[in-house]
Amino acid sequence: MTPSPGPVYTDHVDTVAIRAEGLEKRFGGTPALTGVDLAVEAGELVALLGPSGSGKTTLLRIVAGLERPTAGHVYFGGEDATFVPVQARRVGFVFQSYALFRHLDVGENVAYGLRVRPRHLRPSRADIRRRVSDLLDLVQLSGLDRRFPSQLSGGQRQRVALARALAVDPKVLLLDEPFGALDAKVRRDLRRWLRDLHDRTGHTTLFVTHDQDEALELSDRVAILNQGRIEQIGTPDEVYDRPASGFVAGFIGEAVRLPVDVADGIVTIGPHTLRNHTSSLSGPAALYVRPRDLVPADPHGGVPTRVAGVRRAGPARRAELLLADGLPTIEIELPADLTVARGEILHVQFRTLRLFPA
Amino acid sequence: MSDRATTEHAVLKSTDDASGVPSHGGRPVWPRPTIDEAPLTKAILVVLAVGFLALFIVLPLIAVFAEAFRRGLDHYLESFADPDTQAAIRLTLMVAAIAVPLNLVFGICAAWAIAKFDFHGKSLLITLIDLPFSVSPVVSGLVFVLLFGAQGLFGKWLAAHDLQIVFAVPGIVLATVFVTFPFVARELIPLMQEQGTSEEEAALTLGASGLRTFLTVTLPNVKWALLYGVLLCNARAMGEFGAVSVVSGHVRGLTNTMPLHVEILYNEYNFVAAFAVASILAGLALLTLMAKSVLEWRYGDALARTRLY
Repeated sequence: MTPSPGPVYTDHVDTVAIRAEGLEKRFGGTPALTGVDLAVEAGELVALLGPSGSGKTTLLRIVAGLERPTAGHVYFGGEDATFVPVQARRVGFVFQSYALFRHLDVGENVAYGLRVRPRHLRPSRADIRRRVSDLLDLVQLSGLDRRFPSQLSGGQRQRVALARALAVDPKVLLLDEPFGALDAKVRRDLRRWLRDLHDRTGHTTLFVTHDQDEALELSDRVAILNQGRIEQIGTPDEVYDRPASGFVAGFIGEAVRLPVDVADGIVTIGPHTLRNHTSSLSGPAALYVRPRDLVPADPHGGVPTRVAGVRRAGPARRAELLLADGLPTIEIELPADLTVARGEILHVQFRTLRLFPA
Repeated sequence: MSDRATTEHAVLKSTDDASGVPSHGGRPVWPRPTIDEAPLTKAILVVLAVGFLALFIVLPLIAVFAEAFRRGLDHYLESFADPDTQAAIRLTLMVAAIAVPLNLVFGICAAWAIAKFDFHGKSLLITLIDLPFSVSPVVSGLVFVLLFGAQGLFGKWLAAHDLQIVFAVPGIVLATVFVTFPFVARELIPLMQEQGTSEEEAALTLGASGLRTFLTVTLPNVKWALLYGVLLCNARAMGEFGAVSVVSGHVRGLTNTMPLHVEILYNEYNFVAAFAVASILAGLALLTLMAKSVLEWRYGDALARTRLY
């Protein structure tokens, strides 16, 4: 796709807040991003999800203007921002380690973006004070404005970083692993709180995470990255229920990858043939199995497996099943009324078949 | 970690085993934490450290002042009436006033480049910064003679343009800058590396210009290390002997710095005057240490903030 100048997108101005087109980024010889296209609607909360090294942070930093792409363009509301310096982009960026100014107190941290404005754009001292106080109310840190970052907990620092980013009234909010450094409980609370805050303030938000639960729970849409490429963009339901590639199928949900063979539409796993399913693929393929994809079946319709173990997983019980020697064990979520023991034979059926070319 | 835990456990269980805790006549000895040394070891270490310090540092320091004041305050003050001594003090102050600000700027630039950017030859630069520390000061001085002396690389050109560097003030400044270069940079590099670049990036995303970011984020974060580096740099700039001695030419009243002047006076058996000038240098060293301690005591909190979190 040839990069085109801004005016082409005038019809999108109202709805598309961030558009990335054909983004490439190489560090030295190593490619970090290859041909990334992404459009984020105004007011949307979009997650960039992927394993480490997938290029998600690089993409975020390019949108922020902290990195320059090797090729491609970034548009903000239809305007080409590729060569706009970071200072002029009006992005609110929350860093993974928060990057609070350690020598300034909380109030001064939040006020920083307002105080560095040129004189004719700078609000009055009283206005700045009011804005800081409002923002600290918003992030539920009222009264802590004289504290220094070193005197705050991780969750509090995180919220100061958010207030500081919001102070400049950003066009878009960019969060890099916003909950990465927090413990599980604080993480859950902050996640819900951030979703809440987003619904109230309506900022277009792009955030990076490697935690699929976080991405699926928090975002309107999820972009899944792998090796510098976007594998799939969709609502949490879409990416969860209809993964577009083997990578997504394996990455989302607790999937186990089984090597299978397809011949004339008939799928075989090791010695077993799946009687209730057909496939349009041909040759060796990969089957991704999640615990909920399997149901117990009667011996005539199902595939026989040996129970290798039973364990508790939160509210559910799961059994580890072995289809044949040499294959990885798969898991099934057991119904409440079914008890199995290690070594027993359990017949199972596949609800859906997530089959991708190997 | 686990080693210590096991040892501690063993000590708690039985006190007269291989851990070396004596049991007096079969009486049980209270277990003590293994990180604590035996009282005798402690005493020996303390005596050794304090004794060494007294013998090699405190005693000479006292000797300098004792010798300077041997014939009373009048004689001491009289030593400073000598115009050559006054010229030496003036020259030393001037050299420090030029060399320290230069190295402040160089040091910040070098530390900034090393800590915040990746570039080819970075490790070479880090090694080179330490060169003035590792090479003998005499060699540092000789380098400038070889470069700028009459027979030196630029000697002919300099002579043709009537420029005197070696055996003149510029040479002394150059040698001092060379010798004191590492102090500021060495203080800043580890701190800046530890702090990383994310605070600067945060300032940029909030709309601050590069200069503004440097002044409001980078500099405040390193100001204590910077001050400390400047103190050390200044102490060395005023006290440098070897390199300056080679390039100075020892012209009384013109190219004689305080350390050189001390040597001349001493060689002339003018002990009171020699030690009087030396006492100023020693006093400067003490003042530097005091300033450092006061800084650490007064601004300990701010200092800790720049490192922690």
